[in-house]
Amino acid sequence: MKKTFGYLILLALALAAPFVVYPVLLMKLLCFALFASAFNLILGYGGLLSFGHAAFFGGAAYFTGHALKAWGLPTELGILAGTAGAGLLGLAIGLLAIRRQGIYFAMITLAMAQMAYFFFISAPFTGGENGLQGVPRGMALGMFDLSNDRTMYFFVLAICLGGFLLIARAVHSPFGQVLGAIRDNEDRARSLGYDIERYKLLAFVLSATLAGLAGATKTVVFQLASLSDAHWHMSGEVVLMTLLGGLGTIAGPAVGASIIIALQNYLASGPFAAWVPVVLGVIFVTCVLSFRRGVVGELRAFIRRSF
Amino acid sequence: MNKTDDFILETRGLTKEFKGFTAVSEVDLRIRRHTIHALIGPNGAGKTTVFNLLTKFLTPTRGTIAFNGRDITAAKPAEISRMGVVRSFQISAVFPHMTARENVRVALQRKLGTSFHFWRSERSLHKLNDRADELLAMVGLERFTDAVVADLPYGRKRALEIATTLALDPEMMLLDEPTQGMGREDVELVTQLIRKVSANRTILMVEHNLGVVSTLCDAITVLQRGAVLTEGTYAEVSADPRVKEAYMGKAA
Repeated sequence: MKKTFGYLILLALALAAPFVVYPVLLMKLLCFALFASAFNLILGYGGLLSFGHAAFFGGAAYFTGHALKAWGLPTELGILAGTAGAGLLGLAIGLLAIRRQGIYFAMITLAMAQMAYFFFISAPFTGGENGLQGVPRGMALGMFDLSNDRTMYFFVLAICLGGFLLIARAVHSPFGQVLGAIRDNEDRARSLGYDIERYKLLAFVLSATLAGLAGATKTVVFQLASLSDAHWHMSGEVVLMTLLGGLGTIAGPAVGASIIIALQNYLASGPFAAWVPVVLGVIFVTCVLSFRRGVVGELRAFIRRSF
Repeated sequence: MNKTDDFILETRGLTKEFKGFTAVSEVDLRIRRHTIHALIGPNGAGKTTVFNLLTKFLTPTRGTIAFNGRDITAAKPAEISRMGVVRSFQISAVFPHMTARENVRVALQRKLGTSFHFWRSERSLHKLNDRADELLAMVGLERFTDAVVADLPYGRKRALEIATTLALDPEMMLLDEPTQGMGREDVELVTQLIRKVSANRTILMVEHNLGVVSTLCDAITVLQRGAVLTEGTYAEVSADPRVKEAYMGKAA
């Protein structure tokens, strides 16, 4: 009951937000919150550190950009195409990487993502260094003009809410239970008759698909798909967001993403613009050294201790 | 019932070599249906290696393994588990971040066939709660259904592990040192438990505690340096001078 009430307040805030805060910033925030939450599905709940999620985020950005600009698909279909493309890419990379663990898994995903990156640099449709510019926003459901930032915001909010709900459901599903068991004790899960690689692969593909949804949506918002979306910096940033917010918590990655995006936005306009990476680095080190459970994880532990 | 049916598990010439070192050599093991069979031997005799070969966590270099007359030498661990051969581990194998009930339910839910359904609510698993609680009660854990397993004492974790294994209703249970690291009280508890669950099942266990072996087991295979030294009932085996020598030789 209390929880439902909390979610209703959050929803009300989200609906009122674009009338107070610049909508484009809010949309960026939402997209990265979804990206980090999708990433958390594989790191927090699957126990696998992927260092190649930029490939899915950036890949979907390019696919969607191309589908909207060159093929002239309706906005929804364009986003779907990008998301599906990221899912397929996730399946391909996942099949290669999923049997490895720990650092090897991270390295394979990184290597594959780098290959994707070089493909995006040299492929003719991506616009190379300039990126894919002038992607049309189009209309939502054929009747709402998305060139209006507020209309666009509600469209993005609906997509991201859908993504969050799907993630929350997956975590608390029969599949989520098995995934949790695998993360807790892989050998035991195997001895109970579960083909653990398949479960990990599904988690990886789900995570890649939803990361793609975030990237695809971001392309529509900024009307731009760029190389920075697919760069390994992006893979690192999403790790930072997830750890900062709280690994393996539902709300953590979204909180982490909000903090990072807000900071970047705030610092970029001040005299410390050049110092953004340093500030983020300091935050990362502080997080790892003194509050490993992340903002939400620590908060939850504090509430459990006190009540 | 013909003769081959009498043995639920049979190995022929089972051998495992690790880079020039032969851990298990030409082991012919035959486990009679509905018995409790123990695998004993001094440290380093290859008991755990044999165990891992049987449960497919290791692949044999040579030899075959047959379960119910069917060759399972090339099967994967999850496959033989689905056939009805379920193992335990030397260190307690539980899911520490889940509750006791969830631990058992994870084993039960496989039969529902919804384990890949990421869109379905967890509530669809609640219909398994009664069966899970029944199994927990069977091993004396009825007071701990909602306890997070990481907080349970060691003996309780082992009991939970047995309940989880029972949830699969296996034809054959392989227990790797079920009483290792336990105080006397817990050993007693687990011994009784194994006897209780052995009805209509076959159990193969690796066990150091000869007291447990003598009270529980119908047949004993003694391993030494990776090979079978002797086989028989507890009385037969304990009277064998070679067995005494194997243990004493190790101690000296």
